[in-house]
Amino acid sequence: MDKMPAWADAVLVPLISLILAGVLSALVILAIGESPVEAVNYMVKGAFGSTNGWGYTLYYATNFMFTGLAVAVAFHARMFNIGGEGQAMLGGLGVALVCLYIPWPHWSLALIGSITGAAIFGALWAAIPAYLQARRGSHIVITTIMFNFIAFSVLNYVLVNVLKPAGAMDPATAKFPEATHLPTLHDMLAPLGIAFSKSSPANVTLFVALAACVGVYYLIWRTKLGYEIRAYGFSESGAVYAGISPFKIIMVVMLLSGALAGGMAVNNVMGEAERLVMNSVEGAGFIGIAVALMGRSHPFGVFLAAILFGFLYQGGAEMAFWTKIPRELVVVIQALVILFTGALDNMVRMPLEKMFLAMRKKGDA
Amino acid sequence: MTAQAKEGRPEGAVSTPPSPAPPAIKLVGISKAFGPVQANKDISISVQPGTIHGIIGENGAGKSTLMSILYGFYKADKGDIYISGQKTEIPDSQAAIAAGIGMVFQHFKLVENFSVLENVILGAEDGALLRPSLAKARKSLTELSAEYGLDVDPDAIIEDIGVGMQQRVEILKALYRQAEILILDEPTGVLTPAEADQLFRILDRLRDEGKTIILITHKLREIMEITNTVSVMRRGEMTATVKTSETDPAHLAEMMVGRKVLLRVDKEPAKLGDEVLAVENLQVTDEKGVLRLKGVSLNVRAGEVLGIAGVAGNGQSELLAVLGGMMPGSGTIRVNGQEIDLTGKDSNGQTRRARGIAHVPEDRQTAGLIMEFSAWENIIFGYHTDEQYQSGVLMDNSGIIKLAGEQMDRFDVRPPNPRLSAKNFSGGNQQKIVLAREIERNPDLLLIGQPTRGVDIGAIEFIHKQIIALRDSGKAILLVSVELEEIMSLSDRIAVMFDGHIMGERLPSETDEKELGLLMAGVNEETA
Amino acid sequence: MDFLTILQVSDSSIRLAVPLLLACLAGLFSERAGIFDIGLEGKMLFAAFFSAAIAYVTGSAWLGLLAGIAGSMLLSALHGVASITFRGNQLISGVAINFLAAGLTVLMAQAWFGQGGRTPQLSGDARFTEITLPFAEALRDVPVIGPIYYELISGHTALVYVAMLCVPLTWWVLYRTRFGLRLRAVGENPAAVDTAGISVIGLRFAAVAIAGILCGIAGAYLATALQANFVKDMSAGRGFIALAALIFAKWKPWPALYATLLFGFLGAVAIRYQNIQIGNFTIPVQFMEALPYILTVVILAGFVGKAIPPRAGGEPYVKER
Repeated sequence: MDKMPAWADAVLVPLISLILAGVLSALVILAIGESPVEAVNYMVKGAFGSTNGWGYTLYYATNFMFTGLAVAVAFHARMFNIGGEGQAMLGGLGVALVCLYIPWPHWSLALIGSITGAAIFGALWAAIPAYLQARRGSHIVITTIMFNFIAFSVLNYVLVNVLKPAGAMDPATAKFPEATHLPTLHDMLAPLGIAFSKSSPANVTLFVALAACVGVYYLIWRTKLGYEIRAYGFSESGAVYAGISPFKIIMVVMLLSGALAGGMAVNNVMGEAERLVMNSVEGAGFIGIAVALMGRSHPFGVFLAAILFGFLYQGGAEMAFWTKIPRELVVVIQALVILFTGALDNMVRMPLEKMFLAMRKKGDA
Repeated sequence: MTAQAKEGRPEGAVSTPPSPAPPAIKLVGISKAFGPVQANKDISISVQPGTIHGIIGENGAGKSTLMSILYGFYKADKGDIYISGQKTEIPDSQAAIAAGIGMVFQHFKLVENFSVLENVILGAEDGALLRPSLAKARKSLTELSAEYGLDVDPDAIIEDIGVGMQQRVEILKALYRQAEILILDEPTGVLTPAEADQLFRILDRLRDEGKTIILITHKLREIMEITNTVSVMRRGEMTATVKTSETDPAHLAEMMVGRKVLLRVDKEPAKLGDEVLAVENLQVTDEKGVLRLKGVSLNVRAGEVLGIAGVAGNGQSELLAVLGGMMPGSGTIRVNGQEIDLTGKDSNGQTRRARGIAHVPEDRQTAGLIMEFSAWENIIFGYHTDEQYQSGVLMDNSGIIKLAGEQMDRFDVRPPNPRLSAKNFSGGNQQKIVLAREIERNPDLLLIGQPTRGVDIGAIEFIHKQIIALRDSGKAILLVSVELEEIMSLSDRIAVMFDGHIMGERLPSETDEKELGLLMAGVNEETA
Repeated sequence: MDFLTILQVSDSSIRLAVPLLLACLAGLFSERAGIFDIGLEGKMLFAAFFSAAIAYVTGSAWLGLLAGIAGSMLLSALHGVASITFRGNQLISGVAINFLAAGLTVLMAQAWFGQGGRTPQLSGDARFTEITLPFAEALRDVPVIGPIYYELISGHTALVYVAMLCVPLTWWVLYRTRFGLRLRAVGENPAAVDTAGISVIGLRFAAVAIAGILCGIAGAYLATALQANFVKDMSAGRGFIALAALIFAKWKPWPALYATLLFGFLGAVAIRYQNIQIGNFTIPVQFMEALPYILTVVILAGFVGKAIPPRAGGEPYVKER
């Protein structure tokens, strides 16, 4: 028999991890002489207290859905894609090229174009580590880390030497043309009579991210490709026996993962900044790791975890504004979530398993 | 240390002890559970010094667990250990070594890129610096080698030497730590009969020098050949301890499985049809570049079982793997007269299945099944791209679940619940899931490796009957097994593999275990 | 490039190589024992903060060094608990440690000094000062040897010499001592160590602790020798370059020195020259910055001498049944 019921594994374990991370974070706040209650208050008010707050929360959550799904999809094939950061950077380059060099008649077409551009560039950036893993056995974690740094240099070079408008100082592209500007939640909700903050960056990409969650669910659990990805993830020798090519699975899953990470650029580069700047990803690629771990690599879990981290990011910024607690608290919380849901998973799990085993014995007796 | 163990003599210790030396090892009431599984139940045993004591039992009977407890690898839930009459606590391997116990595990515990010498001193160094330890070990290794006939090159790197040699390093490791009691867990599993004989001569010599040896095995022949005393284990319990000279293989077998086993399978003479599989000059090189199959030719006709006998590691696994599309090879393979690709992207499990080849792999846990998948997901494993399991771009999950339920009923899988994960079924029922999947596809050729490894007796009979039924329905079957008895009772023809070659083919009615054993050791008396 | 420029670039290479070398050796101990460590970056950062803070408060660079080592070892202990005791994923634990350090250092610096997440400038004894080796002044004018001795060999902080000494020391420990034999064994086949009656857990914790000490020195070097205070994210990816160097060096001590010197040199060149002209071709500075990572990928891909990590690396040890 399984040691724990499925619901406990899916809900209880991440929940306890989250609580542990929360308690420790509260202790950190106490230790620097601030009030955790006050901090949480500011965070909740800042993230959910106004449509402006909601807008930012959902904007961040959109980023994290993309990067979280990227990590989650790769996890199903036991590939740890730590290169979401670099893939999202390159995705941004794809979006910038599509938006700057193709004269789009309407934002909807530009959206499709930039999704394609972001996905292709992100996927290509994941393709090299994937190929090296599949053919040469180079550890995907190390190569994707290296590719994050290389991506930074590539983007830096392209922005400084190629895409920077003449005379501009900072390494960034020109502003994208008007026709590529995506409708924000404000624009979309106004016809429905809902007044949504005009200044918040949440935009139509949110729905692209939600569609991606649904798509990934169907892909992983309902298609033969998903079946093969999961089979390969559980047992490589089993996959070979069944005639599933490990090369194909590694390539496909990493291209998909890279494409999803790259897809994030549609939100932040096209939807928010409307130009490509150097530091546009802002660590969202790494937050994807926390989101995927927290969400147990399930698209619905990723969705919830992305909202949670969107809340932490927006709430954390507000908290830093109103209290003396620096914004880096969010990085600490993120670290603790990764620690408890990822590395210390057994610490949370083992006592729970013992508890359920004891309960079952009692029930049997 | 157990100096008195030296006093004991091979036979004297068992029958008429000159002085009542305490047993080298006495275990009293040992119990050990892993979660809900009771691996050892209230086991008591006493081993006389200077003897070879066999412990025999089926896979999973609890032999290895018991010895791991004695070696401090696991802690018993209950029970006491006495070494030479002294009650001894063995909380870890360190304590076992201090008590004069050495163990040679089934899977060797050697550091592959270290030299023999480094492996021998690991954990038994004389000081913080290596140089003096190495010098001392080199000297003492030379002495031990001479004393017991254990020839090894102290500077050889482990990964460069053969398994027989590696096993000698393991024995030397124990002797270097002054072990008086040596436990060997299934030591001949990886050896050729000739290497096994050599090992037995070494064990004989160790016994003559007064060492006490515990030999764990599931092979009756070894017990009869070398032990003084034998204990039988079944399902975690010690069922009997007898003197080897007072028992026979049939009796031991009965005690092992709890009832008389029908080793012969009832079957009609084969009705041979056309040639289904023809293999010519098949060669296979593994990932490390070692030639594993050195030109194998064989054929299987419809309605017959060709059994491949051999010691594990002589190319049988590679033969199955290349036939099943898991490995590339060179040479020619024809199925129903048509050649199949042996390399490239059209050589894989799925293209093989499309050609009517079904494959029950040797290892169901790492290949035949995905343990985390439910039974219904496993029942289409390898056939999951078939059109019948799709509905549009998605898979027809509910249809597959229904089909799985029906097939599990037909193959008597218990419990017949398609939503249960494969890991929650017993070994026998897991194997039935694999068989159901492969046989229900009505293949022309069935490749089947180690069909009953780790399977309980009841399921063995069921599986054997299924294989014979498939043969009688006019299908060709290629059977690989390291169990000679299984090969003898199921096969219509037997091919023996040794070192990547087919050593010879025999008809079961015209051969015996002795002749096959020689072939398995690479000796062909017909050509010699 | 004239002789003096070469000397200056070489000198700067050494300065930049030292933290890489220390972190690389830290990774070497850990990974040779079978524990992957991508948390080198975080440990260095943690140590940089603690060393700068304590050096500022006490006015002693040496006390700062001790505090840095203690801080780094704290994270090592966390890594050990997660990956050894609870058999968690070593890579994920490393990622968590990097973030933990990135966040906590700023939090603590802000709470403690209130200067926007940095520590105050260090001066005097609170910083490691450059040591002039004996006769350096006297030999300065001797042709060739003099400048090399004066510019290149003399005139570094104590930590530089400590780092250089760590190379032969690591080699000696690894290949000439009982501890080294066991450490290498546990990274290759922990079951062999376990059945020989040695504690796998103990050995691995020892290795992780040594990694903590070395990362501690590396971090202290950054904040109290190379720079004169702690600033946010000051490790700036050095932990990852060290990891790259470790692969480049195939987990061996002497090659680790050469690899880190090479990467230090690339860094020094990137700082000194923005773009390098070779004939008509311009090598952009970004390429120089990315070169260590590109070289590592090439090595990892096995196009130039395959790097094979310790066999049990990354796998938590579970006794098999």
